[in-house]
Amino acid sequence: MTPPPASPGPYGASHHAPYGGEGDQPLVRPYAMTGGRTRPRYQLAIEALVSTSAEPGAYQGLLPEHQRICHLCRELKSVAEISALLAIPLGVARILVADLAEAGMVSIHQPSSSEAGGQPDVTLLERVLSGLRKL
Amino acid sequence: MVAGGFGVGKTTFVGAVSEINPLRTEAVMTSASAGIDDLSHVADKTTTTVAMDFGRITLDDDLILYLFGTPGQDRFWFMWDDLVRGAIGAVVLVDTRRLADCFPAVDYFENSGLPFVIALNGFDGHQPYRPEEVREALQIGPDAPIITTDARHRAEAKSALITLVEHALLARLK
Repeated sequence: MTPPPASPGPYGASHHAPYGGEGDQPLVRPYAMTGGRTRPRYQLAIEALVSTSAEPGAYQGLLPEHQRICHLCRELKSVAEISALLAIPLGVARILVADLAEAGMVSIHQPSSSEAGGQPDVTLLERVLSGLRKL
Repeated sequence: MVAGGFGVGKTTFVGAVSEINPLRTEAVMTSASAGIDDLSHVADKTTTTVAMDFGRITLDDDLILYLFGTPGQDRFWFMWDDLVRGAIGAVVLVDTRRLADCFPAVDYFENSGLPFVIALNGFDGHQPYRPEEVREALQIGPDAPIITTDARHRAEAKSALITLVEHALLARLK
Protein backbone atom coordinates (compact mmCIF):
# COMPACT_ATOMS: atom_id res chain seq x y z
CA MET A 1 0.00 0.00 0.00
CA THR A 2 1.38 3.34 -0.99
CA PRO A 3 0.28 6.24 1.18
CA PRO A 4 -0.40 9.44 -0.70
CA PRO A 5 2.23 12.22 -0.68
CA ALA A 6 2.61 13.90 2.68
CA SER A 7 1.26 17.29 1.71
CA PRO A 8 -1.13 19.03 4.10
CA GLY A 9 -3.92 16.97 2.67
CA PRO A 10 -6.87 15.25 4.22
CA TYR A 11 -5.01 12.37 5.80
CA GLY A 12 -3.34 14.36 8.52
CA ALA A 13 -5.70 15.76 11.06
CA SER A 14 -8.97 14.17 10.12
CA HIS A 15 -10.30 11.13 11.85
CA HIS A 16 -11.80 8.04 10.36
CA ALA A 17 -15.49 8.19 10.97
CA PRO A 18 -17.45 5.05 10.26
CA TYR A 19 -20.28 5.23 7.78
CA GLY A 20 -23.45 3.52 8.79
CA GLY A 21 -25.54 4.40 11.75
CA GLU A 22 -28.72 6.16 10.76
CA GLY A 23 -29.39 5.73 7.09
CA ASP A 24 -26.77 7.17 4.79
CA GLN A 25 -25.92 10.28 6.78
CA PRO A 26 -22.15 10.65 6.94
CA LEU A 27 -20.81 11.29 10.42
CA VAL A 28 -18.11 13.60 9.11
CA ARG A 29 -19.20 16.81 7.41
CA PRO A 30 -17.98 16.74 3.82
CA TYR A 31 -15.76 19.80 4.12
CA ALA A 32 -14.06 18.31 7.18
CA MET A 33 -12.74 15.56 4.90
CA THR A 34 -11.00 18.09 2.75
CA GLY A 35 -9.23 19.60 5.75
CA GLY A 36 -11.19 22.81 5.36
CA ARG A 37 -9.83 23.44 1.87
CA THR A 38 -12.37 24.84 -0.50
CA ARG A 39 -10.22 25.17 -3.60
CA PRO A 40 -9.06 22.16 -5.56
CA ARG A 41 -5.45 22.19 -6.64
CA TYR A 42 -6.62 22.71 -10.19
CA GLN A 43 -10.14 23.39 -11.38
CA LEU A 44 -11.80 20.25 -12.65
CA ALA A 45 -14.55 20.64 -15.23
CA ILE A 46 -17.88 19.36 -13.97
CA GLU A 47 -17.85 16.95 -16.91
CA ALA A 48 -14.21 15.84 -16.46
CA LEU A 49 -14.00 12.06 -16.62
CA VAL A 50 -12.35 10.08 -13.87
CA SER A 51 -11.06 6.51 -14.04
CA THR A 52 -9.30 4.61 -11.30
CA SER A 53 -5.75 3.76 -12.23
CA ALA A 54 -4.66 2.17 -8.95
CA GLU A 55 -5.23 -1.44 -7.94
CA PRO A 56 -7.74 -2.08 -5.11
CA GLY A 57 -4.89 -2.91 -2.78
CA ALA A 58 -3.48 0.57 -3.22
CA TYR A 59 -6.58 2.42 -2.15
CA GLN A 60 -7.80 0.26 0.73
CA GLY A 61 -6.02 2.42 3.26
CA LEU A 62 -7.52 5.69 2.17
CA LEU A 63 -10.34 7.61 3.85
CA PRO A 64 -13.77 6.11 3.18
CA GLU A 65 -14.83 8.83 0.72
CA HIS A 66 -11.62 8.45 -1.29
CA GLN A 67 -12.14 4.70 -1.37
CA ARG A 68 -15.72 5.10 -2.51
CA ILE A 69 -14.56 7.28 -5.38
CA CYS A 70 -11.85 4.82 -6.40
CA HIS A 71 -14.36 2.00 -6.27
CA LEU A 72 -16.98 3.92 -8.28
CA CYS A 73 -14.51 5.04 -10.93
CA ARG A 74 -13.38 1.57 -11.93
CA GLU A 75 -15.86 2.45 -14.64
CA LEU A 76 -15.43 5.90 -16.17
CA LYS A 77 -17.45 8.56 -14.33
CA SER A 78 -17.68 12.32 -14.55
CA VAL A 79 -17.08 14.57 -11.55
CA ALA A 80 -20.80 15.36 -11.64
CA GLU A 81 -21.69 11.66 -11.46
CA ILE A 82 -19.31 11.13 -8.56
CA SER A 83 -21.00 13.98 -6.73
CA ALA A 84 -24.50 12.70 -7.51
CA LEU A 85 -23.98 8.97 -6.96
CA LEU A 86 -21.99 9.35 -3.74
CA ALA A 87 -24.12 12.25 -2.47
CA ILE A 88 -21.12 14.54 -2.05
CA PRO A 89 -21.37 18.28 -2.73
CA LEU A 90 -19.89 19.15 -6.11
CA GLY A 91 -17.10 21.33 -4.68
CA VAL A 92 -16.05 18.57 -2.28
CA ALA A 93 -16.07 15.98 -5.07
CA ARG A 94 -13.73 18.21 -7.10
CA ILE A 95 -11.29 18.46 -4.21
CA LEU A 96 -11.35 14.75 -3.40
CA VAL A 97 -10.84 13.81 -7.05
CA ALA A 98 -7.98 16.29 -7.36
CA ASP A 99 -6.40 14.72 -4.24
CA LEU A 100 -6.69 11.26 -5.75
CA ALA A 101 -5.25 12.42 -9.06
CA GLU A 102 -2.31 13.98 -7.27
CA ALA A 103 -1.79 10.74 -5.37
CA GLY A 104 -1.77 8.82 -8.63
CA MET A 105 -4.90 6.85 -7.77
CA VAL A 106 -7.09 8.10 -10.63
CA SER A 107 -6.64 9.48 -14.13
CA ILE A 108 -8.50 12.57 -15.24
CA HIS A 109 -9.74 13.09 -18.78
CA GLN A 110 -10.58 16.75 -19.18
CA PRO A 111 -12.23 17.93 -22.35
CA SER A 112 -9.58 19.54 -24.51
CA SER A 113 -10.13 23.15 -25.42
CA SER A 114 -7.98 24.32 -28.21
CA GLU A 115 -8.96 27.95 -27.88
CA ALA A 116 -9.14 30.51 -25.12
CA GLY A 117 -12.45 30.51 -23.34
CA GLY A 118 -12.67 26.76 -23.48
CA GLN A 119 -14.84 26.56 -26.56
CA PRO A 120 -15.02 23.09 -28.09
CA ASP A 121 -13.15 22.83 -31.37
CA VAL A 122 -14.77 22.19 -34.73
CA THR A 123 -13.68 18.57 -34.94
CA LEU A 124 -15.30 17.84 -31.60
CA LEU A 125 -18.52 19.55 -32.67
CA GLU A 126 -18.60 17.49 -35.85
CA ARG A 127 -18.07 14.28 -33.89
CA VAL A 128 -20.87 15.19 -31.49
CA LEU A 129 -23.20 16.00 -34.36
CA SER A 130 -22.37 12.77 -36.09
CA GLY A 131 -22.90 10.81 -32.89
CA LEU A 132 -26.27 12.43 -32.20
CA ARG A 133 -27.50 11.72 -35.72
CA LYS A 134 -26.67 8.05 -35.25
CA LEU A 135 -28.66 7.73 -32.02
CA MET B 1 -27.02 23.00 -21.01
CA VAL B 2 -30.75 22.84 -20.75
CA ALA B 3 -32.20 26.08 -19.42
CA GLY B 4 -35.61 27.62 -18.90
CA GLY B 5 -38.02 28.75 -16.24
CA PHE B 6 -39.23 26.77 -13.28
CA GLY B 7 -41.32 23.76 -14.24
CA VAL B 8 -40.79 24.19 -17.96
CA GLY B 9 -39.55 20.62 -18.43
CA LYS B 10 -35.74 20.71 -18.20
CA THR B 11 -35.42 17.45 -16.28
CA THR B 12 -38.05 15.82 -18.48
CA PHE B 13 -36.08 16.84 -21.56
CA VAL B 14 -32.83 15.52 -20.11
CA GLY B 15 -34.51 12.28 -19.07
CA ALA B 16 -36.07 11.78 -22.51
CA VAL B 17 -32.73 11.51 -24.25
CA SER B 18 -30.30 10.45 -21.50
CA GLU B 19 -29.08 6.86 -21.36
CA ILE B 20 -29.15 7.03 -17.56
CA ASN B 21 -31.97 8.27 -15.34
CA PRO B 22 -31.31 11.92 -14.54
CA LEU B 23 -28.96 12.37 -11.59
CA ARG B 24 -28.73 15.33 -9.30
CA THR B 25 -25.57 17.06 -8.20
CA GLU B 26 -25.69 19.61 -5.46
CA ALA B 27 -23.34 22.48 -4.88
CA VAL B 28 -23.23 24.02 -1.45
CA MET B 29 -22.93 27.79 -1.37
CA THR B 30 -21.95 29.61 1.76
CA SER B 31 -22.52 33.29 2.00
CA ALA B 32 -21.40 35.40 4.89
CA SER B 33 -23.30 38.45 5.91
CA ALA B 34 -22.92 40.69 8.90
CA GLY B 35 -26.08 41.18 10.87
CA ILE B 36 -26.98 44.86 10.92
CA ASP B 37 -28.35 44.68 14.42
CA ASP B 38 -25.66 42.36 15.65
CA LEU B 39 -23.60 44.30 18.14
CA SER B 40 -21.03 41.56 18.52
CA HIS B 41 -20.17 41.90 14.81
CA VAL B 42 -20.22 38.19 14.27
CA ALA B 43 -20.80 37.33 10.63
CA ASP B 44 -23.75 35.11 9.96
CA LYS B 45 -23.19 32.36 7.49
CA THR B 46 -25.99 30.90 5.51
CA THR B 47 -25.65 27.91 3.26
CA THR B 48 -27.75 27.30 0.22
CA THR B 49 -27.83 24.17 -1.84
CA VAL B 50 -27.98 24.58 -5.60
CA ALA B 51 -29.13 21.45 -7.40
CA MET B 52 -28.62 20.53 -11.03
CA ASP B 53 -30.18 17.56 -12.75
CA PHE B 54 -28.14 16.03 -15.52
CA GLY B 55 -28.00 13.15 -17.93
CA ARG B 56 -25.48 11.42 -20.18
CA ILE B 57 -25.33 10.17 -23.75
CA THR B 58 -22.44 8.00 -24.93
CA LEU B 59 -21.84 8.97 -28.55
CA ASP B 60 -18.74 6.89 -29.22
CA ASP B 61 -16.10 4.81 -27.44
CA ASP B 62 -14.28 7.96 -26.43
CA LEU B 63 -17.04 10.55 -26.58
CA ILE B 64 -19.63 11.20 -23.89
CA LEU B 65 -22.09 14.08 -23.97
CA TYR B 66 -23.46 15.43 -20.71
CA LEU B 67 -26.64 17.44 -20.49
CA PHE B 68 -26.90 19.74 -17.47
CA GLY B 69 -30.13 21.37 -16.42
CA THR B 70 -29.45 24.84 -15.09
CA PRO B 71 -30.21 25.45 -11.41
CA GLY B 72 -33.83 26.34 -10.74
CA GLN B 73 -32.91 29.55 -8.96
CA ASP B 74 -31.91 32.17 -11.51
CA ARG B 75 -29.74 34.12 -9.13
CA PHE B 76 -26.89 31.60 -8.97
CA TRP B 77 -25.19 32.98 -12.06
CA PHE B 78 -21.74 31.79 -11.00
CA MET B 79 -23.04 28.20 -11.31
CA TRP B 80 -24.15 29.02 -14.85
CA ASP B 81 -20.65 30.39 -15.54
CA ASP B 82 -19.23 27.10 -14.33
CA LEU B 83 -21.51 25.16 -16.68
CA VAL B 84 -20.95 27.47 -19.64
CA ARG B 85 -17.18 26.98 -19.57
CA GLY B 86 -16.46 24.48 -22.32
CA ALA B 87 -20.12 23.92 -23.12
CA ILE B 88 -21.20 23.33 -26.72
CA GLY B 89 -24.38 25.34 -26.28
CA ALA B 90 -27.73 25.58 -24.59
CA VAL B 91 -31.30 24.56 -25.28
CA VAL B 92 -33.62 27.14 -23.73
CA LEU B 93 -36.98 25.53 -23.13
CA VAL B 94 -39.85 27.94 -23.31
CA ASP B 95 -43.44 27.60 -22.16
CA THR B 96 -45.26 30.13 -24.35
CA ARG B 97 -47.90 30.52 -21.66
CA ARG B 98 -45.16 31.98 -19.43
CA LEU B 99 -42.82 33.57 -21.89
CA ALA B 100 -41.20 35.95 -19.43
CA ASP B 101 -39.85 33.03 -17.41
CA CYS B 102 -37.17 32.45 -20.02
CA PHE B 103 -35.96 36.08 -20.23
CA PRO B 104 -33.12 35.68 -17.69
CA ALA B 105 -31.77 32.63 -19.50
CA VAL B 106 -31.97 34.27 -22.93
CA ASP B 107 -30.23 37.40 -21.61
CA TYR B 108 -27.53 35.33 -20.00
CA PHE B 109 -26.72 33.31 -23.11
CA GLU B 110 -26.79 36.30 -25.43
CA ASN B 111 -24.27 38.01 -23.15
CA SER B 112 -22.11 34.92 -22.79
CA GLY B 113 -21.78 34.32 -26.51
CA LEU B 114 -22.67 30.65 -26.05
CA PRO B 115 -24.68 29.26 -28.99
CA PHE B 116 -28.26 28.57 -28.00
CA VAL B 117 -31.58 27.51 -29.48
CA ILE B 118 -35.05 28.33 -28.25
CA ALA B 119 -37.28 25.27 -27.97
CA LEU B 120 -40.97 25.93 -27.55
CA ASN B 121 -42.22 23.17 -25.30
CA GLY B 122 -45.83 22.51 -26.14
CA PHE B 123 -47.97 21.57 -23.17
CA ASP B 124 -50.94 19.33 -23.93
CA GLY B 125 -49.70 19.28 -27.50
CA HIS B 126 -50.54 22.94 -27.98
CA GLN B 127 -48.30 25.47 -29.63
CA PRO B 128 -50.21 28.71 -29.30
CA TYR B 129 -47.53 30.90 -30.88
CA ARG B 130 -45.51 30.61 -34.05
CA PRO B 131 -41.72 30.79 -33.84
CA GLU B 132 -41.67 34.21 -35.55
CA GLU B 133 -44.08 35.59 -32.97
CA VAL B 134 -41.88 34.31 -30.17
CA ARG B 135 -38.77 35.77 -31.78
CA GLU B 136 -40.51 39.15 -31.86
CA ALA B 137 -41.67 38.83 -28.27
CA LEU B 138 -38.25 37.77 -27.00
CA GLN B 139 -36.50 40.45 -29.05
CA ILE B 140 -33.75 38.11 -30.13
CA GLY B 141 -31.84 38.38 -33.36
CA PRO B 142 -32.34 36.20 -36.41
CA ASP B 143 -29.42 33.89 -35.64
CA ALA B 144 -30.76 31.80 -32.78
CA PRO B 145 -32.94 28.98 -34.14
CA ILE B 146 -36.44 28.72 -32.70
CA ILE B 147 -37.97 25.27 -32.86
CA THR B 148 -40.92 23.47 -31.37
CA THR B 149 -40.43 20.43 -29.21
CA ASP B 150 -42.07 18.07 -26.80
CA ALA B 151 -39.71 17.51 -23.89
CA ARG B 152 -41.25 14.11 -23.17
CA HIS B 153 -40.29 12.55 -26.45
CA ARG B 154 -36.83 11.20 -27.14
CA ALA B 155 -36.94 11.85 -30.87
CA GLU B 156 -37.90 15.48 -30.34
CA ALA B 157 -35.31 16.07 -27.63
CA LYS B 158 -32.69 14.48 -29.87
CA SER B 159 -33.77 16.69 -32.75
CA ALA B 160 -33.41 19.79 -30.58
CA LEU B 161 -29.87 18.76 -29.64
CA ILE B 162 -28.98 18.21 -33.27
CA THR B 163 -30.31 21.65 -34.17
CA LEU B 164 -28.20 23.13 -31.39
CA VAL B 165 -24.97 21.44 -32.45
CA GLU B 166 -25.55 22.36 -36.11
CA HIS B 167 -26.06 25.95 -35.01
CA ALA B 168 -22.90 25.87 -32.88
CA LEU B 169 -20.90 24.46 -35.77
CA LEU B 170 -22.17 27.11 -38.18
CA ALA B 171 -21.30 29.82 -35.68
CA ARG B 172 -17.73 28.54 -35.47
CA LEU B 173 -17.26 28.29 -39.19
CA LYS B 174 -18.28 31.88 -39.84
